Amino acid sequence: MKKLIAILSLALLPLVGFANEGHHLESANVDLTDHAAMQRGAKYFVNYCQGCHSLKYVRYELFENFGLTKEQILNNLMFSEGKIGDLITTSMPEGASADWFGKTPPDLTLEARLKHGHADWIYTYLKSFYVDESRPFGVNNVVFPNVGMPHVLMELQGVQEAVIEKDEHGNEHVKELKLVKPGRLSPEEYDQLARDLTTFLTYVAEPMKQERQHLGIWVMLFLLVFFVVSVMLKKEYWKDVH
Amino acid sequence: MSSQGVDLKKRRMLITATAGIGAVGAGFALVPFISYWQPSARAKALGAPEEADIGKIEPGALLRVKWRGKVCWVVRRTEETLKNLKENTSHLVDPDSEVPQQPEYCKNWHRSIKPEYLIAVGICTHLGCSPTYRPDIAPADLGPEWQGGFFCPCHGSKFDLAARVFKGVPAPTNLVIPPHKYLSDTRVLIGADDGGAA
Amino acid sequence: MSLMTWIDERFPATKVWNEHLAQYYAPKNFNFWYFFGSLAMLVLVNQIVTGIWLAMSYKPDATLAFASVEYIMRDVNWGWLIRYLHSTGASAFFIVIYLHMFRGLMYGSYRKPRELLWIIGMIIYVAMMATAFFGYLLPWGQMSYWGAQVIVNLFSAIPVIGDDLSVWIRGDYVISDATLNRFFAFHFLLPFILAALVFIHIVALHKVGSNNPDGIEIKKGPKGNRWSDTAPADGIPFHPYYSVKDIAGVVGFLIIFLGIVFFLPDMGGYFLEAPNFEPANPLKTPEHIAPVWYFTPFYAMLRAVPSFAGTQVWGVLVMGASIVVLFFLPWLDRSPVKSIRYKGPISKAMIVMFVVVFVILGYLGMQPSTPGRTLLAQVCTILYFLFFLGMPIYSKIDKTKPVPERVTK
Repeated sequence: MKKLIAILSLALLPLVGFANEGHHLESANVDLTDHAAMQRGAKYFVNYCQGCHSLKYVRYELFENFGLTKEQILNNLMFSEGKIGDLITTSMPEGASADWFGKTPPDLTLEARLKHGHADWIYTYLKSFYVDESRPFGVNNVVFPNVGMPHVLMELQGVQEAVIEKDEHGNEHVKELKLVKPGRLSPEEYDQLARDLTTFLTYVAEPMKQERQHLGIWVMLFLLVFFVVSVMLKKEYWKDVH
Repeated sequence: MSSQGVDLKKRRMLITATAGIGAVGAGFALVPFISYWQPSARAKALGAPEEADIGKIEPGALLRVKWRGKVCWVVRRTEETLKNLKENTSHLVDPDSEVPQQPEYCKNWHRSIKPEYLIAVGICTHLGCSPTYRPDIAPADLGPEWQGGFFCPCHGSKFDLAARVFKGVPAPTNLVIPPHKYLSDTRVLIGADDGGAA
Repeated sequence: MSLMTWIDERFPATKVWNEHLAQYYAPKNFNFWYFFGSLAMLVLVNQIVTGIWLAMSYKPDATLAFASVEYIMRDVNWGWLIRYLHSTGASAFFIVIYLHMFRGLMYGSYRKPRELLWIIGMIIYVAMMATAFFGYLLPWGQMSYWGAQVIVNLFSAIPVIGDDLSVWIRGDYVISDATLNRFFAFHFLLPFILAALVFIHIVALHKVGSNNPDGIEIKKGPKGNRWSDTAPADGIPFHPYYSVKDIAGVVGFLIIFLGIVFFLPDMGGYFLEAPNFEPANPLKTPEHIAPVWYFTPFYAMLRAVPSFAGTQVWGVLVMGASIVVLFFLPWLDRSPVKSIRYKGPISKAMIVMFVVVFVILGYLGMQPSTPGRTLLAQVCTILYFLFFLGMPIYSKIDKTKPVPERVTK
């Protein structure tokens, strides 16, 4: 029996290592205990993203979970009359946005769970816009080629240009991005902004994540105790069996 | 079954321990399933306190406001009605609102914050129908004693204009007064008071 | 008169208890692999209970389904836990059942007199696959939608009636609200049929008695043990011995299962797939679609077969045959011994090959196809069938070791 398992695991070894390769993504280093980052991320979201993107499965009251007060949310983060339990919708009418951008800008509630690489993808995406005059909004993106979104954070980040290189087949690739005109924020400050937004979006994608893990530890401890006792019970009874 | 060489005491102890831990585990496991039936965040958001503009209600008229999916009445009572409410109480079950069907601050003869305005949940305390507003005096169907009030069409319960129940009708208690507070002279928030949301 | 006597005069409670638990004698040499039967029942109960709870908040409507799942995850008290228990339970069910079936395969549990037991088990497996398939559409994400689209389109490969049949299954020209609604109805119904089938499976098991890792019929061996003079010498009462053992097994399983639920509910995209966090969009197929992991071995075989003679029905037939052939296992195995322990090197090599091939096919079914992968899938498909169709020959000519009289430790 043990031999069989050993043979099986040997035979299956070659399968390991077929890992999925993707775009080169920068690590977002999301820290879901960093409430300040989430508060800033929420502020950036309502200021820069919510014009087009909704979080339509999320209620504003969720922000209380990372330390904002009801008054702060109602006064600083909600632009129209509403209640704390309202869903975070966008003011943009769906038909109009489809006309402007070719498609309706997606809801971002689950964005952090939708993409491979999750948070890292969003973080890298926010940093990877570059000038491309062939595109309708004059920008393109390395991790999302031909993206239909303008670079709304350009005045903060500044203008990036792509350094293009050709591979042996003559195909063009973006080698790196170069900041040609600084924005209002330094590169470090912009990275922090991108990280804050990513942290916020990661949190809203699965707000129960920390609660889940915290509870999980207690469940595991309980089950371990249960396991020890149940194994003792089994052993005691099986003394009869020879 | 032979029990030679069996430590029955140890077995009993281990069975008790396993069953006990199992029962505790089952108890914990039940919590999510029971709690699942409680009002969700959406139900709570939809049932949030409701603001109403009461400045435009004519004397004697009734405004309906929805709070937690239930109808709430705002009645602007006339001087005559108020006088009647204060003096004419012999036909009522609980004229002084001893039964806690209202917040503390509405435990008075007019069952409201301001005597002029009655704010009540329009659901009969008998079986949950919504009584009809009948401000007319002594109509043919309600008899000559009727001074205006609410009449439940389902089982005939009667309430006066302070939402107090009549004697001899199926409804056992006065209608519920929801927690509420005045934001200004003409705006009232139903469902929350200074003690927080209901 | 005691309460038990009162009941027993009206319902055979004590009789059933004794016949199926307290005086049901199971071989004493069950090993690790014998946990998965009871665990499968546990997972089925988990799926039914959490499923009923989910159905209380889920909306089987194409415009509402996706949002209702997020509603459960966010707004409903503990909804996230109930949903993760259900989604993880689906994968756990297949893991447990695959291990349960592999146990049968290793120890010859399908051999006479357990042919019918095996066939009932296979029916359970097919019903379970149908349940999983219907259920996978319900979250109405991109993978749900396009997965259902691909599988339903298999039916259109059937000559002559195919196209009409797939339209009839969908109730529309594409996967739509009508499809979702009827899939929900079936997804709710089938688990109860599964439960009934499990009952029949156990009735059949208790008629013939359990097999064991040695493949010895304990009923044919000597009689008399510490509990009874007439019971098989190598048997022990199921209760309390296997009931306490299964309790420990259940708790051990829960540590792994709830570990996944609480710490890794999407299992790196295998249990909950990333594209399914985007609502179904009939106008846009995701870059790469694949069924959930438990279907991928069969999906790989489907894709491995090229279409010829103007039809793609061959792949569908091969995939169907890969499951149908399992039903015939009791008659394919001609070995004089049941258990792999006493079978010869050819049988051992073949069973190892079978597992390797099944896992490779499972892997290939998740990957986008390339010519190299298709070739590998074709080779694996042939080897998969070689394991079964060659069995009447290799199991007969293979050397065997002598089977002991009594069960071993």
